[in-house]
Amino acid sequence: MRSVLRAWPPLALGVLGLVAWELVVRLAGVPAFLLPAPSAIGAAIGQQFGVLLSTSAVTGGNALVGLLAGFGLGVLLALLAAWSRLLRELTTPVVLAASAVPIVALAPVFTTMFGSTTELPRRLVVTIVVLVPVFVSTARGLRQVLPVHDELMTALAASPWQHARFVRLPGAVPHIVTGLRLAAPAAVIAAIVAEYFGGLQNGLGSRVSSAAANTAYARAWAFVAASIVLGLLFHLAGSLTERLVTRGRT
Amino acid sequence: MTGTADGAGDETADGAADATAAVRLVGLDKAFGSVRALTGIDLTVAGGEFVSLIGPSGCGKSTLLRVVADLEQPTAGTVEVSGKTARRARLDQDYGIAFQQAGLLEWRTVAENVELPLQVHGVGKAERRQRAGELLELVGLADFAGSRPGQLSGGMQQRVAIARALAPSPQLLLMDEPFGALDEMTRERMQAELLRIAGETGAAVLFVTHSIPEAAVLSDRVVVMSARPGRITDVIDGCRPRGTRAPLGHGVDGAELAGDALSDRVDDVRESTAFFAAITAVREALRKGHG
Repeated sequence: MRSVLRAWPPLALGVLGLVAWELVVRLAGVPAFLLPAPSAIGAAIGQQFGVLLSTSAVTGGNALVGLLAGFGLGVLLALLAAWSRLLRELTTPVVLAASAVPIVALAPVFTTMFGSTTELPRRLVVTIVVLVPVFVSTARGLRQVLPVHDELMTALAASPWQHARFVRLPGAVPHIVTGLRLAAPAAVIAAIVAEYFGGLQNGLGSRVSSAAANTAYARAWAFVAASIVLGLLFHLAGSLTERLVTRGRT
Repeated sequence: MTGTADGAGDETADGAADATAAVRLVGLDKAFGSVRALTGIDLTVAGGEFVSLIGPSGCGKSTLLRVVADLEQPTAGTVEVSGKTARRARLDQDYGIAFQQAGLLEWRTVAENVELPLQVHGVGKAERRQRAGELLELVGLADFAGSRPGQLSGGMQQRVAIARALAPSPQLLLMDEPFGALDEMTRERMQAELLRIAGETGAAVLFVTHSIPEAAVLSDRVVVMSARPGRITDVIDGCRPRGTRAPLGHGVDGAELAGDALSDRVDDVRESTAFFAAITAVREALRKGHG
């Protein structure tokens, strides 16, 4: 009930914005290539609903696969970096350098490398985009081990792997899920943008660019709307995961 | 357990007959760079004996405990724990350790925290569960097995930490100011608890403390240390009251004392002349060491 009460002001603002948008477009006679009316976009969504779903599934699938791969890789690299000084000095600058590179710029290169008939190039782009925040926050979490826990594990003659499994990893979980929450919407953005650089034409990003190129403005906006929904879904899933995992912790 | 020389859990076991000392330190030196933290430490803790280390800050009492626990390496001298090297004893889990902070893992339940040492050493789940149950019974927290450490008070957390230290059934407990962060009332109750547990398990205890009364009431012997360089200046007899199955055989007419009876005995000790004499002796030894 409280969440409903909290949700209505932004919802009302959104509806008001749509009404204003519709009125401006109609009364001022804004041309469709500049800005189609919400009603036209709504109609396009209705017509294209099946295609919207299937393209969202493709892009969402790429984002999800890349997110999971990048998440696993990020946690693994951070674990290795925490475990060995040499690996830490090797991996940390590379991962941080990767965060400075505009990674979607790699999309056309990957498309050439792996061929334009596979989803692999996009998934790779997403993986690298996700890797960075997950690695950074996991590494931070792994560093924050209480000295008393370190001593305890030494006194118990625990192996490095047991140390990681019983103390370091569980202690780092709040940081790890924060990394996941930050990475989830970025995964969708990366998956969509990667489609702008060629390859298969079956996802949201490629439909937006082809609809815009074919002057089907309302349709382009329909796919933009679907992209927004997909991004929100990933954001919500990330936040929910974080809240569930950190619930009951201090 | 039967047939082993150090079966101190055995009702008839006698500390004097114990062939291997719980801890034996000979000519121990420890330096951190040019700072001599410990020099010429000779100390033997018999099986089932309760020995306190007391002294001013920087006298190396915690360092001494950490050397025994193999958390620090000595610069010179011999360290034997249960007749083995300190490293071997650590790997064999021959000692249990409790720190000033309880150091519980807050994402585990109380029972899972107690199980941790057994889990590290590959004990099966069912056996771990059962042992944790027994230990929580021993420290009076059986009702809190499923709770999270964050839901417990400081004194209860420290009891969980002691239960955890006892999980591998060690014959030696190393305790570094475990009650240092507790209020006075809780502290006195925990002292009685500890004496009961040490009596019931027959474990030897090496106990670091700042508190003279605490050392006097708990210990068979109080080892007084002095700083710069850290060394032993005196050893004074404490007034440890004996509870059930006293391994050194000092129990009053061999009668079994229930936990409550032992805590009454502890209260009696706190009002006895022997207690005040021990406190005075420790205080004078500390002052002498300072001069």
